[in-house]
Amino acid sequence: MLLDLTTTTLVEWSRWQFAMTAIYHYMFVPLTLGLALMLAIMETMWVKTGDKSWLNATKFWMKLFGINFAIGVATGLILEFQFGTNWSNYSWFVGDIFGAPLAIEGIIAFFLESTFVAVMFFGWNKVSKRFHLVSTWMVFVGANISALWILVANAWMQNPVGMEFNPITARNEMDNFWAILFSPTAISKFTHTVTSAYTLSACFVVGVSSWFILKKRNLEFARKSIMLASVFGLISIILTIYTGDSSAQDVTKTQPMKFAAMEGLNEGGRGAAFTVIGLPVNDPSLPTDKMKKMEYAIHVPKMLSFLGYHDFNAYIPGIQNILDGYTSQSGVTYPSLEQRMANGRTAIDALKTYKQAVKEENQILADSTLQVFKANYSDFGYGYLNSPYDAIPHVPLVFYSFRIMVGLGMLFVLLFAVSLWYAKKRKFEKFKLIPYLALFCVPMAYIASQCGWIVAEVGRQPWVVQDLMPTNVAVTKIASNWVITTFWMFAILFTILLIAELKIMFHQIKKGPETDN
Amino acid sequence: MEFLQHYWWILISLLGGLLVFLLFVQGGQTLLYTIAKTEDERNVLVNSLGRKWEFTFTTLVVFGGAFFASFPLFYSTSFGGAYLAWMVVLFCFVIQAVSYEYRRKAGNLLGERTYNVFLIINGVIGTICIGAVVGSFFTGNPFQLGEMNDVNWMSPWRGIEVLFNFANICLGLAIFFLARTLASLYFMNNIKHNAIYERSKKQVLYNSVPFVILLLVFLGIILTSKGYAIMEDKSIQLVQYKYFYNLLEMPLNTLILLIGVVGVLFGIIKSIIKPHWRKGIWFSGTGIVLAVIALFIVAGFNNTAFYPSYTDLNSSLTIYNASSSYYTLKTMAYVSLVSPLVIAYIFYAWRALNKKQIDIQDVQDDHHAY
Repeated sequence: MLLDLTTTTLVEWSRWQFAMTAIYHYMFVPLTLGLALMLAIMETMWVKTGDKSWLNATKFWMKLFGINFAIGVATGLILEFQFGTNWSNYSWFVGDIFGAPLAIEGIIAFFLESTFVAVMFFGWNKVSKRFHLVSTWMVFVGANISALWILVANAWMQNPVGMEFNPITARNEMDNFWAILFSPTAISKFTHTVTSAYTLSACFVVGVSSWFILKKRNLEFARKSIMLASVFGLISIILTIYTGDSSAQDVTKTQPMKFAAMEGLNEGGRGAAFTVIGLPVNDPSLPTDKMKKMEYAIHVPKMLSFLGYHDFNAYIPGIQNILDGYTSQSGVTYPSLEQRMANGRTAIDALKTYKQAVKEENQILADSTLQVFKANYSDFGYGYLNSPYDAIPHVPLVFYSFRIMVGLGMLFVLLFAVSLWYAKKRKFEKFKLIPYLALFCVPMAYIASQCGWIVAEVGRQPWVVQDLMPTNVAVTKIASNWVITTFWMFAILFTILLIAELKIMFHQIKKGPETDN
Repeated sequence: MEFLQHYWWILISLLGGLLVFLLFVQGGQTLLYTIAKTEDERNVLVNSLGRKWEFTFTTLVVFGGAFFASFPLFYSTSFGGAYLAWMVVLFCFVIQAVSYEYRRKAGNLLGERTYNVFLIINGVIGTICIGAVVGSFFTGNPFQLGEMNDVNWMSPWRGIEVLFNFANICLGLAIFFLARTLASLYFMNNIKHNAIYERSKKQVLYNSVPFVILLLVFLGIILTSKGYAIMEDKSIQLVQYKYFYNLLEMPLNTLILLIGVVGVLFGIIKSIIKPHWRKGIWFSGTGIVLAVIALFIVAGFNNTAFYPSYTDLNSSLTIYNASSSYYTLKTMAYVSLVSPLVIAYIFYAWRALNKKQIDIQDVQDDHHAY
């Protein structure tokens, strides 16, 4: 695995393939997560009050849920197996840890979801009201538990904990399941992702309902949906902001390079300023084009330190500081990346020597090289980098994605507050700007969601597993033409299916709910 | 540790058995234009299968996830190595996943017929490819593992070469005809429609004969050829009649295999000869789960390499060298204890949904019909 560096083409196309399937998959997942909860709430309202308009609303949104759910399932399959097909070295290197959450997701969540989704869709006249309601709640529980496990796995890649490297098998092995499940990264990743998914779903419901308002049809249904989704959305976006804050604090500590890239921060320090907006441009005076100079920047003094540590004078390292070595706010000193690369190479060589010594039954050599290996293992992945600058992610992409995500998040706060206020006063339809804003926010919610993942995933490059395994080592050795072929095969298929999905969705929305009271 | 490795191989075998049984959904998809003669009949077949497709899909996903968690070296070696074979399988399942939901929805872009064709492609290629890949558990694959357990696939065909082997093709086709047989039994059980019942009965006969013949040919080949044995010094060597010896040396497993085969045949034969009998799917279904479990045990137990390499014998995967660590297997074993609960609620929910057979009227009245 860890020996041959494969060609850039293969790595790039494998990354593109994974990114493409992940982007497509995540177009459908957040709506499933949040809409399932809103369906369960609507159906509960029907069972509790007997008000048939809640039943009609439930059935209408359930249809849209079904259309969205099918394609989410389809794209999810590829994502799961792609860990093996395109990242086989990764699959072995961390399979002992990463496989477990994936299997638990299957055993506990997927069966729950798929069994009860059948009852939810087809059980209206076959099972009792209560059993049906329980099934709808179970679909919500299944979908969200599923999100938990895959996000635990993702969080582990961002912040590997609860494991030890076994030099005999050449892989990381789990030694503390609870540390993996309850790592601060896992908690903030899960809570931030699901609450943002709820926000997206609320935007979807408010936006689609606004269309009915603008068309002056199904008004009672639309008002009810807007009321419910606005309350749900407002709570969700507040929680999203809160969990986003925890997530930022976690990234500051565990992935300082990602944090610096999010800010385009070259030189950090105490009381670092937050850049509200700016234009990252090339500057010949910087050592590499991967670092950018921030033009036309608007700063808020000391705010970055506050975001990172809730302390206006906390130390935040910039990209150059990380390259040169620095002492973190918590007092840990990190050597320069040149040094970490040297440590990594020492670890790689020690591992090879160790394996050879074991083969030759040279216990003394094996013991001594194992010590060297263990002492340098935390920098293992750096040994595969060709230059310290390889450790810098794509700054403009991460910088802009972060700002788009946060900016749109603020817009959603405004949307839900305004829509709730006017819906409550029954004046929603009188101010046309509000339904138009709600419609505008539907695609924006998807953009915000994708930007969040770009920050998380592009921001951690070059790492597949933070500090331990870079992308180019994780990839499956295969002729890049095959990967290019499968990339286009799935890109074309998913694009066709997305267009079909949208067309079906629009048709269903135009049809509206069955009865309008 | 060995106990856990065996335990997990049995669980994988169980999932494999359930998956093969549930492939009746795929088999049914290939019969859409054979058993159904009108649009209404076709819709009732699709909706009958449509209440189950996701369960097959989920089982496939869990099969992959459980393999990843318990035998990650198989996951990295097979999926990364036999890249194209798996990609074809995945492609077939992706097009299936949307087809039920989209086929009759207004604005579906491609038209109902295209989605029906997607279902047929999934049914034909999905079953044959999965069968052929499982065949290679006995016939071997061309790979070599590096010093760090990295896979070097020795064939430029990246997995497609499993189709170049006669025994693999036999198993692939056997699974295809089995899936069609089980689907016919399922239709007989699940759909209230005389013509569909009679046509399904005919299909049970037409498909079970090639299934039995092809399976016997496959078994004949692997039981009489060399198998991949783990020797005392942990090396892998080819041993004549290895799989046959496995049957002799694991009599309980052989008994399970026989009970499974009898169950399958009983369900088929009684369905063909006894008028109005609808329970064949339960006998054949249970039988096939048992038979597949027994075949997986033959592939992986009794010091046998379950994913052998014919280009480098000592790179072959065994349940010992491919498994997760003790800690992970133990943790996962605790998680697996929820399985009875999972099976219980699946059974309960299905029973609630399937109390009554489905008919054309049901499909027309159902607002969520496919």
